Amino acid sequence: MSVQAWTFLFVGLTFTLYLGIAWWARVADTKGFYVAGRGVPAAANGMATAADWMSAASYISMAGLISTMGYAGGVYLMGWTGGFVLLALLLAPYLRKFGHFTVPDFVGDRFATRRLDGVPNPTLGQRIAGNPARLTAVLCALFVSFTYVAGQMRGVGVVFSRFLDVDINIGVVIGMVIVFIYATLGGMKGITWTQVAQYWVLITAFVVPAIAISIKLTGDFLPQAGLGGELTGTGLHLLEKLNQIQTDLGFGSYTEPFMGGWDKANVFLVALALMAGTAGLPHVIVRFYTVKSPRAARWSGFWALLFISLLYLTAPSIAGFARYYMLVSLNGIQSTELPSWFQSWEKTGLVMWFDNGDDHVVYSAGTDNEIFRRGNLPESEVLTLVRDHQKWIDTAGASGADARVFLREKGLSGPDQDIIVLATPEMAELSGWIIAFMAAGGLAAALSTASGLLLVISSSVAHDLYYRVVNPEATEKKRLLVGRGIIGLAVVVAGICGIYPPGFVSQVVAFAFGLAAASFFPVILLGIFSKRVGTVPAICGMLAGLVFTLYYIIGTVFFGMDKWTLGLSEQGISPQGIGAIGMVVNFAVTLVLTPLTKPPTQKVQDMVDSVREPEGLSPAVAVEDAPEH
Amino acid sequence: MSDTPDPLSSRGRRQALLRAYWHKNLLLMGGCLTLWALAGLGCGVLWANWLNQWNLPGTGYPLGFWFAHQGAIIVFVLTILFYALVMNRLDKKHEVELARLLSEGGPQ
Repeated sequence: MSVQAWTFLFVGLTFTLYLGIAWWARVADTKGFYVAGRGVPAAANGMATAADWMSAASYISMAGLISTMGYAGGVYLMGWTGGFVLLALLLAPYLRKFGHFTVPDFVGDRFATRRLDGVPNPTLGQRIAGNPARLTAVLCALFVSFTYVAGQMRGVGVVFSRFLDVDINIGVVIGMVIVFIYATLGGMKGITWTQVAQYWVLITAFVVPAIAISIKLTGDFLPQAGLGGELTGTGLHLLEKLNQIQTDLGFGSYTEPFMGGWDKANVFLVALALMAGTAGLPHVIVRFYTVKSPRAARWSGFWALLFISLLYLTAPSIAGFARYYMLVSLNGIQSTELPSWFQSWEKTGLVMWFDNGDDHVVYSAGTDNEIFRRGNLPESEVLTLVRDHQKWIDTAGASGADARVFLREKGLSGPDQDIIVLATPEMAELSGWIIAFMAAGGLAAALSTASGLLLVISSSVAHDLYYRVVNPEATEKKRLLVGRGIIGLAVVVAGICGIYPPGFVSQVVAFAFGLAAASFFPVILLGIFSKRVGTVPAICGMLAGLVFTLYYIIGTVFFGMDKWTLGLSEQGISPQGIGAIGMVVNFAVTLVLTPLTKPPTQKVQDMVDSVREPEGLSPAVAVEDAPEH
Repeated sequence: MSDTPDPLSSRGRRQALLRAYWHKNLLLMGGCLTLWALAGLGCGVLWANWLNQWNLPGTGYPLGFWFAHQGAIIVFVLTILFYALVMNRLDKKHEVELARLLSEGGPQ
């Protein structure tokens, strides 16, 4: 069977499975729709969290990034797993104890104003003015989720375009339809159980090829041991050999810390931003609302990180193996010897070769490099580039143009990181079914995260905005309808973001993390660990962190603003790490304003007390008795 | 304790219990977070250069690189496991103490 046939088979099978689960888990009430009826066992929730959170970026891009970054790629590994420590220790059990539906719900109640106290029938205007913290939190949640979901839809498009041989945009649309069906049908319950299935698909698809490659390269069964092991038949450690080749080609050592654009300050800041961001991501936090108790929330945090670590301890191995194959199989070969994986990925524009005329591939860090990627260049421009370059070669430089100079200046040297994971099994010449299975895994990763994010978007709008502020009298049925409608709308917006992406997948995702770190993390943390912080400081803090981070990211990435050094880094702070500083700004603003403003009401202070109280006692807010949540 | 239930002192004692429980929680949390920072931000980033002069015994991993790519994650998983185990025990103890207080002080 061909790779194509295998892919259709696996993708078809897994999609049928997801839709079947969605049908089985369809819900008819908001409790089921938003928090899966709160009956999810801790271990299952751990798997769902793992799938929810391991996105297209973790699955498709991360190993690719590590592969090109070497040591510095560790920021993603440490950052994205370290955040779970913060989450499991500092936030999850308390938010579960609080027991509402969403993160803005907690922020809204914890930082409630006095304005609505004793007002019998508040008008819409009064409700808006009386809920500033909730509305700010909704704004932040929408911002973070939309930034993040755009990357996911792009990931879906990349996988489809390569493996089903369709245009990236059509791939995005197919993904949209699938997510739409199971997210609207089953809500959080459907999403949770679909994610449990998706976890197993994606983790098996990730680990099996890694084991196969590890055995092939080093003879070690465990990929983790393989990366630290000896390269078969050379007597050299794989990492030593890799360092040697890398240095020869001018890339710099693979294992040496702080090379190139990654000095110590930047590695530190990016790792910290990703950690705090993970802990502040609404779609991850909301997963802890679905378990039975705070105790289960703690266990669920452990299960989640354990399941995640299966992939995260394997990714560096794939990255190392892929790097080795990439350099060994590309550099110095003739056009007739180009491996088949290269030819199939060349069609997508994610890897391109512009020869200097000698018919030998050079893949290096210098000006003689001939391996590039298309980036965001439109099709027509790529065609012009190819034509001009051919002319340039044919006339020995007399006319036409050297595409290499143009692409180098655009920063498009080297292949697109997004292909590494999906192309590695092909590089290692594994069987067709493994390659197809990997594609199904990539789709599972992207779809599960996208659906989790869409649910957060839907609950932020339908629950926090519509029900809690606009129309508190809405019936259960009406709210469910609004929730489903919003998901539909969000899918379309997410799809558009995926078709016109603001950057490559991982970069976009890293931004979402920075924004979450700078807006949500401090406010939730202070909400639990301080009884003194009131409404005004919390809102000012959130907005200060968000605006600061957004300003820097948009300024440096899209408007060519000079990077700030802040006395920490000679090269300037990377936009991905600015979230850590934004978080400090948020904390500083909040804490400076706190002594100047009124403390929260006794009711809120009692709520904080009860959130700190362990389970088994009365819930913080009598959720079940409250007029329909 | 007096036999006649006194809601005020009972509430006070209940608060004292919660404070003691919260204090222990913060202590445990502080310890775990120190571990987290030492492994991730410390060994993985701040001292990575220095650690890289040694290899992880029996492998080709330079130690700083190993921490950044493998070690920190392993420490993170164990930290959460430890916290969940100890904290859930602490919860149970607190619950028992609280139940004793309630039975002594009569129904609230």
